[in-house]
Amino acid sequence: MRETTPSEDFLRGVWKENPVLVQMLGLCPALAVTNSVENSLAMGIATFFVLCGSSLFVSLLKHFIPHEVRISTYIMIIATFVTVADMGLEALVPTVHKALGAFIALIVVNCMILGRQEAFASKRPVGRSLLDAAGSGLGFLLALLMIGGVREILGSGSFLGHPLFGPHYEPWVIMILPPGGFLTLGFWLLGMNWFRARKQQRRVS
Amino acid sequence: MSQADQPKSASAASIVLTLCFAGVLAGLLLVVVYQATQPRIQAYKDKMLKLAVEEVLQHPASYQTLYLVDGKLTPDLPAGSSAHDFEQVFHGFDQQGHSLGFALVHARAGFQDTVRVIFGYHPQTGDMLGMRVLESKETPGLGDKIEKEAWFGEQFSSCTLPLIGVKAGKGTGDRHEVDMITGATISSRAVIRILNEAFTEWNPLLQPLAEEEQP
Repeated sequence: MRETTPSEDFLRGVWKENPVLVQMLGLCPALAVTNSVENSLAMGIATFFVLCGSSLFVSLLKHFIPHEVRISTYIMIIATFVTVADMGLEALVPTVHKALGAFIALIVVNCMILGRQEAFASKRPVGRSLLDAAGSGLGFLLALLMIGGVREILGSGSFLGHPLFGPHYEPWVIMILPPGGFLTLGFWLLGMNWFRARKQQRRVS
Repeated sequence: MSQADQPKSASAASIVLTLCFAGVLAGLLLVVVYQATQPRIQAYKDKMLKLAVEEVLQHPASYQTLYLVDGKLTPDLPAGSSAHDFEQVFHGFDQQGHSLGFALVHARAGFQDTVRVIFGYHPQTGDMLGMRVLESKETPGLGDKIEKEAWFGEQFSSCTLPLIGVKAGKGTGDRHEVDMITGATISSRAVIRILNEAFTEWNPLLQPLAEEEQP
């Protein structure tokens, strides 16, 4: 197998293997908390922090973690960082913490995070693991912002709480309700796949 | 995977040691972060509690905090203790200093985790003044409606304790009836149970104070 370069490790998670838009991982928070840009941003940053922190520790301790208990140890490390993120958000942005509710604690079971530990951080040096985690974390954050941006603009007529269309705009309430999450994700996936297929067709011709 | 590629199996002692070490490291990190964040979290909770007390007592002119010390309610804290060491009750007064009622914070298990509510009521009649869920981690989209559906919280201001939960829209108009939320029945029941328990527990202590005027 060809050895990857550091930039490939970073960019893979951002675009080519984006956790939400390509790998379809972490869809639960991607659908549930993206009813506003602020919530998407907070969830994205919290997940980015947990992913980077866990990858750092898993990569550092990979030679000391016995194969039999590796998953339990990864989960313990991930849960620790999730609790740190939970307390940090509660102290710094309590209103956002309240809006995200149980979804912060549920970052523990986001399979994207455990997946990166098992597939990458447990086998590669610290620097590369951090680059991979930062790329995947950024990709997740971008996907959440793409979904959250569309939902808030159409569903509330605002972006980050700032009104965009004036008082005569009638918000599409469905966009901030659960169906709006599925619709927005569906349209983004449609657009991404269409773009990819067109690129591939051009390459062939 | 060839036999040479297979990882060496670790001894039981090494497995236990690894998990213990990881646990201790995680515990230490959490203690440090807890100590650093707790003052800010507590300050925010206190601010929110103050707003909630005013809301569930229907914006009293003033209120007095009473602490449960050795089974008795007193406005004075024992020397050297903190307000957070004792259960608290808030006694609201109108402009003339007449008692409006009491606000209580009570917490019990919900569907997933502890549900913490605050409510205001008058001990002699049992008439409620308001109710608000302070903390809950109920199922997103279902149980969390006890906090997010405004009508659920608002209906309590026209209820009388003790409460009975009824299916939404199936009530007879009795003041003891509370409409439960469809899809959040267990969490709605939990809120009703918490209020009834608090009423049974606290009412004997609060009734003698109900006619007291502002000191």
